[in-house]
Amino acid sequence: MSTLIVPPHVPSVAEDSEQLHKAFEGWGTNEHLIISILAHRNAGQRRAIRHAYAETYGKDLLKDLDKELSSDFERLVLLWTLDPPERDAVLTDEATKKWTKSNQVLVEIACTRPSKGLILVREAYHSRFKRSLEEDVAYHTTGDFRKLLLPLVSSYRYEGDEVNLRLAKSEAKILHEKIKGKHYSDDDVIRIVATRSKAQVNATLNEYKNEFGSDIIKDLEHDDDNEFLPILKATFECLVYPENYFEKVLREAINKRGTDEGALTRIVATRAEVDLKIIKDLYHKRNSVPLHRAIVKDTHGDYEKMLVALIGEDDA
Amino acid sequence: MAVADEFGVLTKAFTGLGVDEKSLISILGKWHPEHKQSFRKTTRDIFVEDERQFERWDDRHVQKLQQEFLRFKDAVVLWTMHPWERDARLLREAVYKGPKYGILVEIACTRSSEELLGARRAYHSLFEHSIEEDIAFHIHSSEKKLLVGLVSAYRYEGPKYGEEVAKSEAKILKNVIKDGAKKLHEEEEIVRILTTRSKLHLKAVFKHYKETSGNYLDEDLGDHLILKQTVQCLCKPETYFTEVLDVSLKGIGHDFAKEALTRVIVTRADVDLKLIKEEYHHLSGFTLSHKIEEIANGNFKDFLLTLIARGDQEN
Repeated sequence: MSTLIVPPHVPSVAEDSEQLHKAFEGWGTNEHLIISILAHRNAGQRRAIRHAYAETYGKDLLKDLDKELSSDFERLVLLWTLDPPERDAVLTDEATKKWTKSNQVLVEIACTRPSKGLILVREAYHSRFKRSLEEDVAYHTTGDFRKLLLPLVSSYRYEGDEVNLRLAKSEAKILHEKIKGKHYSDDDVIRIVATRSKAQVNATLNEYKNEFGSDIIKDLEHDDDNEFLPILKATFECLVYPENYFEKVLREAINKRGTDEGALTRIVATRAEVDLKIIKDLYHKRNSVPLHRAIVKDTHGDYEKMLVALIGEDDA
Repeated sequence: MAVADEFGVLTKAFTGLGVDEKSLISILGKWHPEHKQSFRKTTRDIFVEDERQFERWDDRHVQKLQQEFLRFKDAVVLWTMHPWERDARLLREAVYKGPKYGILVEIACTRSSEELLGARRAYHSLFEHSIEEDIAFHIHSSEKKLLVGLVSAYRYEGPKYGEEVAKSEAKILKNVIKDGAKKLHEEEEIVRILTTRSKLHLKAVFKHYKETSGNYLDEDLGDHLILKQTVQCLCKPETYFTEVLDVSLKGIGHDFAKEALTRVIVTRADVDLKLIKEEYHHLSGFTLSHKIEEIANGNFKDFLLTLIARGDQEN
């Protein structure tokens, strides 16, 4: 469920484009105007505005935004304004070029997007970076991480609901055996998690719980020293419980001393039009404070205003 | 014959009410992909519109046709089928009735990025699994990683590539091959380079390899068939297909030979059959048509010859 609020009567694309251009005129920038427009338009509308802006002024709206805005606010506005596949391409490019073992962005994007969505990301990546996502992931990651991440970003999972229970049982057993033996990057573990449909993985995890009495996610928490484990755990979470995963990342981003703006920006920008409402409700339930209150407490200025607008809590 | 009549002849042929083979051959032999698509789109009895945007051959009909006209039917069905469905079925057969690594490599590497994606999509519709999950599950040999990687690739197809990177990757390959591991197809860097780089990039790697080592990369991989096939399919498919034809034309009498002959001619007729013909002539001293006249019979022969002749009219 989306948190985006689009007014019932939206100005014409030409008007929006003109207003944005006005927002950049003269000294300083009218951030309020930028937020009031962009934070209240959906992807199709934003795309049309970018197009109109380019036709009318001969310039790229994103480049002008980049010139006029700065720091966290700028990043949020830029990421938000991009088309979702392009946005994901930019995020995966960053995650790949500045890859570290604790970076979960590649897993997040490869596993929470629908199959067709991931293909669109890969297409956008071709256009923008003149290479394939998988060749960059293969080149920049190593060892067990590459072994998992490459098939994850290359997957084109079947998206039907059909489930093979016999298979789910046998694969739950395989997972249990490998996890108990600490063979976290075993070929079969990777195979199951990188190629099975989401419905099948879900059924497998249910069988795991039924047969062995524990949640696989909990079983993957025991080894603090192992750097690969958090990535494997995130993979399962993203495939089967994405809203929970996003709530957790948000919670950690806000609680962290100083706030992890990167994660906060990314989750809000990428989920506002998808399932941020569910994530918001989960956040409230788990933390006894509404998300917008936590955001207001921890951020300030235009960055805060834009975030609050995107989670549907401003009064614009 | 008017188009509606042509559609009629074909429908009759495919629904088992008796076949006018001569008309079938002359109609199908001259149809361009758009005509075939038009036929698939308008013949609702045989083809259904699949949600993944291709015209899918109704299952009952495919079953019935299994009993019908043997090799000729195979060639004709393969030719008329939507390329995505055709490749998905070929992939499936290669996994479950083999496994036949050569065919898996062939399809994964000689199709364009969009064609391979289409085949993967059709595979979802037809078999309710992804091709990568089936390969990963059913193939247990060490070739698995390479095969899953090849079939999962969505290669960049634009004009840009990194010359310096290509040079260094040619060097990496040279060193790995020189080290002489027995199972070269398990070597991580070989798999990475072959399963992820764009075809243009790989052609540059191939060129640098020759310039720095004096040898052709596919020849140096001669002891590792699957790698040799992979490199050929990615960099010079006409060489790969010529070898397949050569082997099959020498092995006539064996099922695999007829299947291979049919598959190559039908799947390459509108792509690079002209190039393949030239290379085959160069390699064997015979023309492809001549060999087929010698070896094949009846309608099967006529259909293949018609398809081969197309190449001469195009380009």
